[in-house]
Amino acid sequence: MIRPSHFTALLLVAVFASTVFGITMRDTPKRMLRYGLYCFTLFVGSAIVLSWVMYFIAR
Amino acid sequence: MPRSRNTQVVPTPRRDDPELRLKRGTSIREPLNRGPVLYSQKGMGSAENKAASAANKTDKGFVYLPLIAGWLVPGAGHFLLRKWGRGTLLAISIIALYALGLAMDGKLYSGAQDILELLGLVGDLGNGLMYFVGRMMSLGGDPIQFTTAEYGTKFIEFAGLLNVIAAIDAHNLRTGRKAS
Repeated sequence: MIRPSHFTALLLVAVFASTVFGITMRDTPKRMLRYGLYCFTLFVGSAIVLSWVMYFIAR
Repeated sequence: MPRSRNTQVVPTPRRDDPELRLKRGTSIREPLNRGPVLYSQKGMGSAENKAASAANKTDKGFVYLPLIAGWLVPGAGHFLLRKWGRGTLLAISIIALYALGLAMDGKLYSGAQDILELLGLVGDLGNGLMYFVGRMMSLGGDPIQFTTAEYGTKFIEFAGLLNVIAAIDAHNLRTGRKAS
């Protein structure tokens, strides 16, 4: 049994979900790659931003 | 009341102002006699795309085969359409997510007692054969005892939902709705 940290789990989901989103939502390989990177950035970036927001709310 | 120094007087536009003049016979309140364009992409209605779509539609065989194969085995729908690279990447992503979920002791839903469990079951069923094999082999943890097991449960559900998206993409490629 593996027990990743919350952030590691987020990174794993972001990588695999971005791959699927990129392939299924765009037509050409170049656009797939760009959209996949875009989704990955949004996944990780929004998680970091929201976590900081919650950190300041909790204080 | 005295007017302050900073107040600016905006002149009212004149009727013969050329910028305000409309073409003869048109009105601002008159709606255009066209339906709204909900979705448009460059080259969508081109003759090449229509011909390619029509050619795909006339292909022999069961149209829903990539959809069903893609649901049962991740990436299989794309393999049937000879999209080897895409199929491989989809299969790796979805199977890895499912396997990681099981490795984290995630739960495989067997029934639905409430609405949340029903949604979880629907997500799990998206995994196709992987779900049924996992159920037969009694894989997955129950009940959830660790935080990572909760992550694992979500991984499994997410893999199922991604698999459904991939299967629908294969179907769209088969019918010609998606160009390539």
